[in-house]
Amino acid sequence: MAALTEEQELLKEQAKSWANEEAPVSKFREMRDARTEEGFDRGTWKSISEMGWAGILVSEEHGGVAMGHLTAGVVLEELGRQLTASPLLASGIVGASALALAGSDAQQAAWLPRIADGSAIVTLAVDEGPRHAPLQTKLSATADGDGFVLEGRKAHVLEGLAADAFVVAARSSGSAGDAEGLTLFLVDGDTAGIDRSRLSTADSRGYANVTFTGVRVGADAVMGEVGGAAEVLDRILDRARAALSAEMLGTAAQSFDMTLDYLKNRVQFGQVIGSFQALGHRAATLFTEMEMARSCVEAALTAIDEDADNTAVLCSLAKAKAGDFLHHMSNELIQIHGGIGMTDEFDAGLYLKRARAAEATYGNQAFHRDRYATLQGL
Amino acid sequence: MSDDANLESFREEARAWLADNFPSAISGRGAELVGMESVSRDPDLEKWRVALGEKGWGTPTWPAEYGGGGLSQKQAQIIDQEMRKIGAFNPLPVMAGMGITMVGPTILEYGTEAQKQKHIPPICRGDVFWALGYSEPNAGSDLASLQCKAEDKGDHWLVNGQKTWTSGADHAQWIGCLVRTDFDAPKRDGISFLILDMDQPGIETRPIELIGGSSPFCETFFNDAKADKDEVLGELNGGWTVGKRLLQHERQSQTGARASGGAAAKVTLQDLALKYVGADDDGKLADPDLRARIADHLMKAQAQRLTTQRVIAEAKGNHKVSAAASILKNAASAVSQEKDELTLEILGHQGLGWEGHDFQDHELAAVRGWLSAKAMSIYGGSFEIQNNIIAKNILGLPETTQKG
Ligand SMILES: Cc1cc2nc3c(=O)[nH]c(=O)nc-3n(C[C@H](O)[C@H](O)[C@H](O)COP(=O)(O)OP(=O)(O)OC[C@H]3O[C@@H](n4cnc5c(N)ncnc54)[C@H](O)[C@@H]3O)c2cc1C
Repeated sequence: MAALTEEQELLKEQAKSWANEEAPVSKFREMRDARTEEGFDRGTWKSISEMGWAGILVSEEHGGVAMGHLTAGVVLEELGRQLTASPLLASGIVGASALALAGSDAQQAAWLPRIADGSAIVTLAVDEGPRHAPLQTKLSATADGDGFVLEGRKAHVLEGLAADAFVVAARSSGSAGDAEGLTLFLVDGDTAGIDRSRLSTADSRGYANVTFTGVRVGADAVMGEVGGAAEVLDRILDRARAALSAEMLGTAAQSFDMTLDYLKNRVQFGQVIGSFQALGHRAATLFTEMEMARSCVEAALTAIDEDADNTAVLCSLAKAKAGDFLHHMSNELIQIHGGIGMTDEFDAGLYLKRARAAEATYGNQAFHRDRYATLQGL
Repeated sequence: MSDDANLESFREEARAWLADNFPSAISGRGAELVGMESVSRDPDLEKWRVALGEKGWGTPTWPAEYGGGGLSQKQAQIIDQEMRKIGAFNPLPVMAGMGITMVGPTILEYGTEAQKQKHIPPICRGDVFWALGYSEPNAGSDLASLQCKAEDKGDHWLVNGQKTWTSGADHAQWIGCLVRTDFDAPKRDGISFLILDMDQPGIETRPIELIGGSSPFCETFFNDAKADKDEVLGELNGGWTVGKRLLQHERQSQTGARASGGAAAKVTLQDLALKYVGADDDGKLADPDLRARIADHLMKAQAQRLTTQRVIAEAKGNHKVSAAASILKNAASAVSQEKDELTLEILGHQGLGWEGHDFQDHELAAVRGWLSAKAMSIYGGSFEIQNNIIAKNILGLPETTQKG
């Protein structure tokens, strides 16, 4: 990490030692083997909240610590290293960003303090198919008296089973593909007509498919402008993308460290395998890629904190580069560990599985290369 | 009669024999019936195995005197073609484990008359399952550093040590092992290829779970296991030569069967992409980035298939084992792994399901297949080791690392 403030350095140390001691990858494995329904451990989430990280983006007036996105990235990176599963990303980053950017005073007052202390999980329900495509939203919001009725289905909602409330991207007019006509709603998870089904995924995290059948909400559920949510949704998603990139960087960095360690210790042909140039050069290439990915991730997080003009470009850059590096790194993690890497007993497979799920979330590399090109006027 | 006329009459003969002997009830059901786990075999499959075994056509090119078909390569191809036409299949390669692809050919080449008489006919009949004991925890790429040892006890060999990645060892009858028989010789010169009966108290197996789920692989432990004195294949302490030869057979068997899209690959990447990603107004894949990468992949796959065909043609239809197997193996695994990655990307989050009704069977198969296929560039000599072989044996570059 380049140029962190003293405060950020301290937090990084705290996050690192906490993750190593309290939420290491062995704990994630236990959670997986126990087939924990929600896809995270409630005790882990409680500790994360007690340390104040659930409110890392939330303003002080709403009970948070408001440390900003770069600082949040520092924490997420350390958790990404240990594959620590928790609703921190879905609720503390994405849910909190949605409320901060689009929530009414009343919505913020009702939910932000609970996000900050970890007592509520608020998640974004955006995609409806297997791929990230916010503008393809079809879930309909039909005006009904002074409220709306929501009808449709959301797929692979992060922490969708545990969520206390959903920020739902809905279509109040127009048709799939249009930027016009999108509206965000804040919907209590207990509302009649919401049905969730837990998904069992390769990365063993908490996802659910959520169906909305005649879900009636009041006008006070609308976040921001009716029909004009496309832009703010994009800004919320960029915060999600940058934060997830930081977590991915951590996952990749840990994969790199594990690989480097193996290169220095595994002996074949009477020498450590890292002495074979074919492998040494690959490690060097990966290290170079890692440095580049880190620069992009930090730039994106900083841009959000500074509200810079090129924030969107930098967020797509970060997600694409972190994705490329994690993809490459997780494949090499297996390959360089040889047969050991293929065994479930060793952790490499857990990193590989997480890598592909994180890549697909909030837009994969192809999505972000395309978005980057568009933003550059191509 | 001319060669061609001979082959045509052979085709007639093959067709007639298949019509008489292949139970049509199991047409097209090869993969599902011949799983290694299948304890209770289907009676039709059993009938078919016996018929094929008696005829020797499960191992068509092996010598007839040991139970093979005694046929030429071309005749074997004809049998293969005629089988495909009616949904017939050869179950023996799976039923015999490593017996048909690797151990059998090596015994035929190096075995004594008695070893051939004893071991080859049961393989040809699909009666026995063979495992292979090569790798050890500290002897992977550097196979010659293996430590599992066999001591000469006068009338038998006493075996102690551990093997790993022994595919199917938990239900194998026989295992072909590389063991150290001379600890004082340079490491490649003290190894022998020893055949052991798996059904004895001194052998224990433990399954290995892989990242894609449960697997046929085991760790195998030898604790005072015994082998008959005459079960050394090839020369005593000459096991490295025998073992390397067997690995060439292995590589040969891994040069593209999967990548060239067997009967299972009914749905193409193009179909999948159009289904999951959709098309734009011109009918082109809506994601141009993915489209370019799929096109690039299809080109690589075609280049790989053409190369396999060319190598076979240049060997004059004779499936000879050669150094080119290293090129073909690396190309085949790269293409196959890339296909799996693209498939997963196309399926998006639906490609990351582990189990449950929210995912279709082909989606669940895609993620498991993608994970399992990561091993293609590791087993049978890893990607890097094949490259070392290409550099040294084909390009004539000096050996830097594999001093043994
Ligand atoms: C699914 C699966 C099935 C298998 N089936 C069998 C089986 O049936 N029977 C059997 O005996 N074995 C089997 N194996 C074992 C397999 O042959 C070994 O895993 C393989 O030889 C690699 O050895 P290793 O795992 O010890 O890796 P290592 O040898 O430790 O290699 C680690 C890494 O270093 C690289 N490396 C090593 N040496 C060099 C070098 N000189 N130059 C450049 N790079 C190098 C390797 O390529 C690899 O990337 C199987 C393995 C797997 C994963």
